Amino acid sequence: MAHLLLRHRDIPDLHKIEVYREHGGYEGLRKALTEMAPQDVIGVLRSSGLRGRGGAGFPTGVKWSFIPKGPGDKYVVINTDESETGTFKDRELSEKNPHQVIEGAIIAAYAIGAKTIYNYFRGEFMDAAYAMEEALREAYDAGFLGKNILGTDFSCDFYCHYGAGAYICGEETALINSLQGELGQPWSKPPFPAVEGLYRKPTVVNNTETLANVPLILVNGAEWYTSMGTEKSPGVKIVCMSGHVEKPGNYEVELGVTYRELIEMAGGMRGGKKFKALLPSGGSGPVITESALDAPLTYEGLTPHGSVMGSASVIVMDESTDMVWAALKMLHFFKHESCGKCTPCREGTFWMEKLLHRIYEGHGTPQDVQTLESVANQIGGRTLCALGDFAINPVLSTIKHFPEEYRAKVQGASNGQVKKVAAKTAVPS
Amino acid sequence: MTHPFLEKTLIAEKYPKEIEGILARFPTKKSAVLPLMHLAQHEYGYMSEEAKREVAEILGLDPTHVLSLAGFYSLYYEEPVGKYVLEICNDLACALRGADDFVEMASHKLGIPVDGTTEDGLFTLKTVMCLGACDRAPMLQCNLRFEENLDEEKFDQLLARLRQETDEPAVVEKIVSYANRD
Repeated sequence: MAHLLLRHRDIPDLHKIEVYREHGGYEGLRKALTEMAPQDVIGVLRSSGLRGRGGAGFPTGVKWSFIPKGPGDKYVVINTDESETGTFKDRELSEKNPHQVIEGAIIAAYAIGAKTIYNYFRGEFMDAAYAMEEALREAYDAGFLGKNILGTDFSCDFYCHYGAGAYICGEETALINSLQGELGQPWSKPPFPAVEGLYRKPTVVNNTETLANVPLILVNGAEWYTSMGTEKSPGVKIVCMSGHVEKPGNYEVELGVTYRELIEMAGGMRGGKKFKALLPSGGSGPVITESALDAPLTYEGLTPHGSVMGSASVIVMDESTDMVWAALKMLHFFKHESCGKCTPCREGTFWMEKLLHRIYEGHGTPQDVQTLESVANQIGGRTLCALGDFAINPVLSTIKHFPEEYRAKVQGASNGQVKKVAAKTAVPS
Repeated sequence: MTHPFLEKTLIAEKYPKEIEGILARFPTKKSAVLPLMHLAQHEYGYMSEEAKREVAEILGLDPTHVLSLAGFYSLYYEEPVGKYVLEICNDLACALRGADDFVEMASHKLGIPVDGTTEDGLFTLKTVMCLGACDRAPMLQCNLRFEENLDEEKFDQLLARLRQETDEPAVVEKIVSYANRD
């Protein structure tokens, strides 16, 4: 199948506007602006069933429809913060196929009546932002941005913005705070950004990949889009394959392929080793094992297996992987990235990492594993954003699927451990 | 612009147009703070007291706000760093492809621990969270430029190249280009 999002792999120099236009580029925007009312654009998006590709899977057309009609400032914000461990799709899109993202964003702005688009890049993606800046220059020169786009009375500006290194800024309210020059911390919803977002104005925040789908849906129609993928999860998705596979990288697939097929697509297990487990949504989703490999890549496919598709960042691990180590790596990430606003997440991830580290080093006791679970369960569902829930997933799911590995760690050294703790506590503090 | 409390005004003097360009993008001055901090960090070498105060002064912010941002966002350095900051990702996805061994190798080669700086002030070594290049591990970013699919040999080549480089690190060109569009 020819690529729809990663089209630059089939078409050389697609990042140049003349090449992009030769291949139907900005045709979706032309159609929207000259043939459709904003509500019709939203209608097509709703019918297409496109869902947020950043991981949450909220229907894009529905999100746009929440924006109040009528005059007043509104904003479209593109989320290119892409910081989930194992995720590297938005960077490729921004660097190699930037016009498709730009076009999708302008269509979104037209649909909701926004005159300004901000693209929030994580600060580390300066090269990707630089590529997009070049594309923006071309788009302005060609009259697709700026005043009276395509001779209509619709005007729109587009600015790239750099963050400065914070996973939490991928959360939409944290991203908005960061764009306003504040700490990147989420707020308690409501108000939802659609009502009160950037500068307290109605705002749509969409993932980069989500927007790259939009021009094609406008040109080819909702029915064309729903003919791909599954009924509840239509369309195509970029899957980031990493870890112990032969050919890590981005793979564009129709939703509904199985995880087993994805591993085959990525060249199979590296060095012919045996599969052990995978994280389907970067660090944030629960780990799955062999028994779930035939589940489809859809928003619902992993529900029976207690996990989620999320951003489809698949980290594959072979038989040589120590799962306690893997959980510790992920927990270290979440502890580092906790923004510190909610106590359960800030304190919980701190203590969980200490406990898990002790277990990993062979100094833990069986009681430590229980405490770990107990702390995790006191974080889940008790934080403003999903980071708290994400943080406990790798730990609880590895305890569930690989209890023997935890048991081996705490039994192997439990005698030595008791002595060591006793010796430590004997030192006056 | 007068700066009664500042001894140095590095970015205001060097990049007046760029700063104006950045400010023009937002309805509030405060939104320009992160880009200006990137500029300031480049000119001052790190987010020194003076760097924070200059950014605060330009935007009419309380210096403690800039201080809190410098602490919150990991790309701002609050201590002096080498001319080149080598930030190796050793998160799970990269670690599955040898990133931890790569960090050890780099540390031995440079003769410094993680977070250390070489005596000649050229290199600082850090480990960082996911950089979004997991398919090309081991990888690092050097002053916001990605170096990917690394091994010991390529790391040697990178160090040799950086030791000879006399140009301004590429990052400033990007920040300035970004500001110059309008």
